[in-house]
Amino acid sequence: MSAGNPVSESKPLLAVSNLTLKIGASGKTVVNDVGFSVSPGEIVGIVGESGSGKTLAARAIMGFVPPAVKLVSGSILFDGDEITTMAPKRLRAVRGSKVGMVFQEPMTSLNPSMMIGRQLEEGLALHRDLNAAGRRALILDMLRRVGLSDPEGALHAFPHQFSGGMRQRIMLASVMLLKPALLLADEPTTALDAVVQRDVMELMVDLTKENGTAVLLISHDLGMVARYCSRIVVMSQGDVVEQGAADDILARPQHPYTRKLLAAMPLRGLARELPQAKTPIVAVRDLVVDYPGRQRFFRKSAPKRALHGISLEVRPGEVVAVVGGSGSGKTTLGQSIAGLVKSSGGEILFNGKPIFKSETAYWDYRLNCQMVFQDPYSSLDPRMSIGELVTEPLRLVPGMRAAEKKARVAEVLAEVGLGNGFAERFPHELSGGQRQRVAIARAVVRRPSFVIADEPVSALDVTVRAQVLELFAELQRKHGFSCLFISHDLGVVEQVADRVVVMQEGRIVEEGSRDQIFDDPKHAYTRKLLSAVPGLESSGDGGVRLFWRLGEPDTVQPKSG
Amino acid sequence: MRLPAFNALIGGGLIGGLLIAAGTGALWTPYDPLKLSFREKLAAPSAAHWLGTDEFGRDVLSRLMAGAATSVWISLLTVALAVIFGTLIGLFSGYVRGWVDRVIMAFNDALLAFPGILLALGLLAVVGANKYGIIVALGIAYTPSVARIVRGTVLSLREKEFIAASRVMGNSEAFTMARHILPNCIAPLTVLATSMFGYVLLAESSLSFLGLGVPPPAPTWGNMLAGARPYIGQAMWLGIFPGLCISLTLLGINLLGDAVRDRLDPRMRGMR
Repeated sequence: MSAGNPVSESKPLLAVSNLTLKIGASGKTVVNDVGFSVSPGEIVGIVGESGSGKTLAARAIMGFVPPAVKLVSGSILFDGDEITTMAPKRLRAVRGSKVGMVFQEPMTSLNPSMMIGRQLEEGLALHRDLNAAGRRALILDMLRRVGLSDPEGALHAFPHQFSGGMRQRIMLASVMLLKPALLLADEPTTALDAVVQRDVMELMVDLTKENGTAVLLISHDLGMVARYCSRIVVMSQGDVVEQGAADDILARPQHPYTRKLLAAMPLRGLARELPQAKTPIVAVRDLVVDYPGRQRFFRKSAPKRALHGISLEVRPGEVVAVVGGSGSGKTTLGQSIAGLVKSSGGEILFNGKPIFKSETAYWDYRLNCQMVFQDPYSSLDPRMSIGELVTEPLRLVPGMRAAEKKARVAEVLAEVGLGNGFAERFPHELSGGQRQRVAIARAVVRRPSFVIADEPVSALDVTVRAQVLELFAELQRKHGFSCLFISHDLGVVEQVADRVVVMQEGRIVEEGSRDQIFDDPKHAYTRKLLSAVPGLESSGDGGVRLFWRLGEPDTVQPKSG
Repeated sequence: MRLPAFNALIGGGLIGGLLIAAGTGALWTPYDPLKLSFREKLAAPSAAHWLGTDEFGRDVLSRLMAGAATSVWISLLTVALAVIFGTLIGLFSGYVRGWVDRVIMAFNDALLAFPGILLALGLLAVVGANKYGIIVALGIAYTPSVARIVRGTVLSLREKEFIAASRVMGNSEAFTMARHILPNCIAPLTVLATSMFGYVLLAESSLSFLGLGVPPPAPTWGNMLAGARPYIGQAMWLGIFPGLCISLTLLGINLLGDAVRDRLDPRMRGMR
């Protein structure tokens, strides 16, 4: 930490001061008088929500701002040289060789048409005076270092042959090959699975430590930043609102915005007492889903089984969370229960009646089961007004008069906090959080008894997420619907769930009450999931404390190094 | 933004002018467009004949007005035909997918591989060269491109979560299609239909130019242009005015099409 970091007193490697960026056309200030510094070998985090200007501020360091954005004032000193006035040719020499960058999206940051070996070689050939054999040796060494099992084979492989986590390792390898003095990491693990996230982060920390590389870590994830950074810069709407040692910021946040961010972190509430009912509202028995194989010439490739006989019960008023990594089948489970994906075996019972056997049972279920989707930008028809969108589900309610419908829609819109004047507006005029409120209103307008929520808050900013979760919990208490809550975010699940189901590769590996799963996980995969993300708990006086569930694992080195 | 309003104004003015000319032309023209008058043949534009006369002494302005009615009518019907059938085929094909889609699209692509005008020529030989023959032939020739666009739009739309949301609501497939998919196809369709109106106008002119369109002496802009060819040296007004009419109409249609698309799309309404 700051006390144990001997390099922090020396001359900073990077010093940004009074940096102001404006959008050329509208004159809107996107980065306002920002200043921070990074010492050699130090890990500094920039935290902020979307629109905070954190990415632009970081990109300016590489001279990478979009053409529409203009530098108004400020200086960026890197290793004593001024970046903002540097000639393009020198700037290119600094990029890559002295400052490296890892991007958020591993799926698009590697060139899909180039072999890995050649992509890694590019930077070396440009910036280092080495012959082909020397480059090859360095590359193989680095690929081995980032944990590729077959580095020789990887040289001649293409990016699509690797998973997202592996690609991010390769990206890291390509940047670290040049041993830069500073690494800019823009949300490097946001697109990755929770379990992989930690491995990649730790690899990044180890690699940069070995080479004495400083890291500027840009993220919206306060927990992760707090875990790995010695200092944190908090940004909001273009301004640096607070900066300081990570521990200080967590324990004693000074600025209201930082407090708001910390307060938005999901926290576990008390376990709820639910009325014991005999019949579950929804019961799933031995549900099997196969995705058909691809039709090739003359033969069909084997179908892929996405769900291997899932059994699950949701009792009245209960929130059951389904967690798992990508590819665990949790989304398929939600979609097949919602009737969007055909099951190839098993049955679904609604109020004890199998829904596939009779038309009346099916319609009863159809009217009572609703869904909230992940992406509020694609789940609302762009050509319909908010009022029309929320009215639509009522069309199928038998015997409901127009006046009643109107009153119900107004009531529900008021419930989700979009009361006055929103009915006339269109989705594109709303923010992501407001859109998700519309999606929730549409789901509850028929007063369903069962709602499936597929990652309902994972596309939202931290503070908005907290508001939407609160709204959801409030509606759930008020109307008492049961909920299947699908999420990869354990923090959110810990806050909302009564019961947790852990899935892996199309099977349920563990289920139990929330406290059982989070405090005393039995299955190895559950333990792995839980140990992948740091938890935050309130320290009582407005600050938070960082902790690792299941204790500090041995594989992690202490932060201060 | 001022530009869209300006575009709409110019486009609207041009098309309005065309419609007025076509409407009047159907009822009244300064002279009888078919009346021959050999004393006045190939007269230059003058106070009596504003746009001059042709090789038979017929008034060019009167013929342009009468021709506008024919040309506009043919183009409108053709576009309507192509859009209706193309949309139906595209919606169906994009929604059912699977082998039905593959068969329909293979056939569609085969038709697309022919240049539209060649296809229309072949079809005209079958249905006969007259006003309705042209409409049917060009309509069929332009259907595949509509089908292709609509199918592509449907394929991308049906992966959107709001389609899944509609199904979860319990809406039938037909309702989902009519309420959510079709309206979202309108923007690309408007763009396509307006540019197609231009192409059809040109194609009709070309067919008439080749002598396969509306048979003389009835005037269309195409056969007027064709008729002007031998006299281009002595009486260039014969070619220039029909050509100008075609160009201005195309310009007007394109400007108006953009404006209409923006108007129909709620996402664009806030822009002005």
